[in-house]
Amino acid sequence: MKNELDDPWLGLQKWTDARIALGRAGSSLPTAPLLEFQLAHARARDAVQMSCDFSPVRDAAQRLGMDVLEVSSQVQDRDEYLRRPDRGRLLNADGAQRLAAYPREASGFDVGLIVADGLSSQAVERQAAPLLEILVPLIRAKRYSLAPLVCATQSRVALADDIGFHLQAAVTVILVGERPGLSSPDSLGAYLTWNPHRGLQNADRNCVSNIRPAGLPFETAAQTLVNLIRGAFLLRVSGVKLKDDSYLEAPQPSQTLS
Amino acid sequence: MKLATIKTGHNSWTFPDLRTLMAKATPARSGDELAGLAAQGAEERVAAKMALAEVPLDAFLSDPLVPYEADEVTRLILDTHDASAFVPLKGLSVGEFRNWLLADSTTPDVLAAAAPGITPEMAAAVSKLMRNQDLVAVASKCQVVTRFRNTIGLPGRLSTRLQPNHPTDDPKGILASVFDGLMYGSGDAVIGINPAGDNPRQVTTLLSMLDSLRQKLDAPLQTCVLTHVTNAITCMEQGAPVDLVFQSIAGTEAANRSFGITLDLLREARGMALELNRGTVGQNVMYFETGQGSALSAEGNHGLDQQTCEARAYGVARAFEPLLVNTVVGFIGPEYLYDGKQIIRAGLEDHFCGKLLGVPMGCDICYTNHSEADQDDMDNLLSLLGMAGVNFIMGVPGADDIMLNYQSTSFHDAWYLRKVLGLRPAPEFEAWLLRQGIAEKGALGLTLAPSPASRYLPHWTAL
Repeated sequence: MKNELDDPWLGLQKWTDARIALGRAGSSLPTAPLLEFQLAHARARDAVQMSCDFSPVRDAAQRLGMDVLEVSSQVQDRDEYLRRPDRGRLLNADGAQRLAAYPREASGFDVGLIVADGLSSQAVERQAAPLLEILVPLIRAKRYSLAPLVCATQSRVALADDIGFHLQAAVTVILVGERPGLSSPDSLGAYLTWNPHRGLQNADRNCVSNIRPAGLPFETAAQTLVNLIRGAFLLRVSGVKLKDDSYLEAPQPSQTLS
Repeated sequence: MKLATIKTGHNSWTFPDLRTLMAKATPARSGDELAGLAAQGAEERVAAKMALAEVPLDAFLSDPLVPYEADEVTRLILDTHDASAFVPLKGLSVGEFRNWLLADSTTPDVLAAAAPGITPEMAAAVSKLMRNQDLVAVASKCQVVTRFRNTIGLPGRLSTRLQPNHPTDDPKGILASVFDGLMYGSGDAVIGINPAGDNPRQVTTLLSMLDSLRQKLDAPLQTCVLTHVTNAITCMEQGAPVDLVFQSIAGTEAANRSFGITLDLLREARGMALELNRGTVGQNVMYFETGQGSALSAEGNHGLDQQTCEARAYGVARAFEPLLVNTVVGFIGPEYLYDGKQIIRAGLEDHFCGKLLGVPMGCDICYTNHSEADQDDMDNLLSLLGMAGVNFIMGVPGADDIMLNYQSTSFHDAWYLRKVLGLRPAPEFEAWLLRQGIAEKGALGLTLAPSPASRYLPHWTAL
């Protein structure tokens, strides 16, 4: 029987995960959707606190034939992570030393890939490995040299600047757990930065967000990132001046890198 | 400013400059602690308030908190300061300014006349001495009315931004949320999409979709895709239907640079939007978003507390005669506003400071899942801002934004406020809702009609 609290356009729910056609008691939320919301919020709150298991990422790196380096920011624990993002943007001394000591050509690397816990360990555990399995072959197909894969804990986006600087990477792409949403506690974001070093700002980066099966598919995200990498090598810049389609004017990497 | 020294019983407190005094006088919040600017203890905070209460308002004109030479926002604020509007305030201290604002003789007309003489720093300073109820009481006397295809900010009115975001910008997904929102009477401030993909091609697709929908429904509202101003310029050059130019702004030149903007860039975009002449009842063509903590986040705060930086962002907004200015108060996260108490306080401060300056303030009453806050805290801020006369709030399906991953206010929440406080949507939009049979007038005032969608749904599926 039709519930008199329901909205007649319930069928539109098939088009979106948004909380539409919730119905109304008067014009307030009926009890069932009220409690469903509270359950989702409780789960997201719990997800923020869980520590990240990088083993799926390590396994993927092994299949791809990439070395893995594990580093941490200057943050000690989760509460400090939430209150002190400044410390989450800086490598601790041990990590900086190990990255700098990793063997490389004098010219460094073209691309440095980083996987970071950010605010959702679930995002890293579920999305980072399948994305890498598509992204890494695409990057190699364009003949860019890859730095070892870096796994970073208690990490903010800008930790990529320290990491890329110490690895001598021309461009970094950091895959990081986004702040969890009620309907998407496991959404991964990717941030691309040309010429990484301390002191860069948000406008210097390009972002591809909401990477997960129910959001932006892995194939699309990987293709967009490779297009951005090609555009960055052409324009020698990232951020607001670099658009998704800048690469269309790009000659081959072998010409730009000479 | 000379050294400010104040005694509280046996203790003596000294504040080396006005910037430090402002920061120490600010109600506690994590962002100022992160910046190393906050008072060390509760007594120091009150001592700073006492010292700040003695500071003459003129000090903010003669002793800029961010140097004139170093910052184009300071130059904008001081160069456009209206000395004649400032005359009634000249000679007042910050403490006396609070009393003046609360006086019964300080009517809405008096406040509107004084607004061009009030700088963001003066507004921020006095807010630090005010309790939450003061922030509500004075803001409720400030009326800022703006127009594009409808009239926003009239007394007794509450508008909503319909925010139909979708994680992949899927047109059907977005339209499903728009339909839901319109059936709940949302969208008179704007139907505004935060796009997942930020490139001119995708933005143009979304703009065209919203514009053709608006025309088919003959709805008196405006639409917007909240993309970077450089993208909006590209879209306008290519002939896309841009009603409002959106941009996130901050209160210092350095922070704005981190957003990839300058005042000149905003002027250029506004000029282009004005030339399109798309408004029917007015030409307020800008939509700005702000939030405490953005300047520090961009390392562009000049040692200034985050609330004063935020007030300066309204100084930027004011110069561009915007339709909407929205403080996205709890979006930035717990490192700036740690919990519900801090978010509520910040929302009231932002609304008060904006309104006092003559800016059409709305608020995205919101929090993220890593903050110590929940929907009960949002109910409190929603109720307080309704009493304060907020111009508009967000309408997000079920209060859950599935693209930006945070919680805001729902279509239902707006109706809660309308019913409890007797508020109504923008007049043109209210008439449209009645015409469409979405809302009706009865014993309880304006309410949702029993089942508007049965008439609507067949049309909709054909769109």
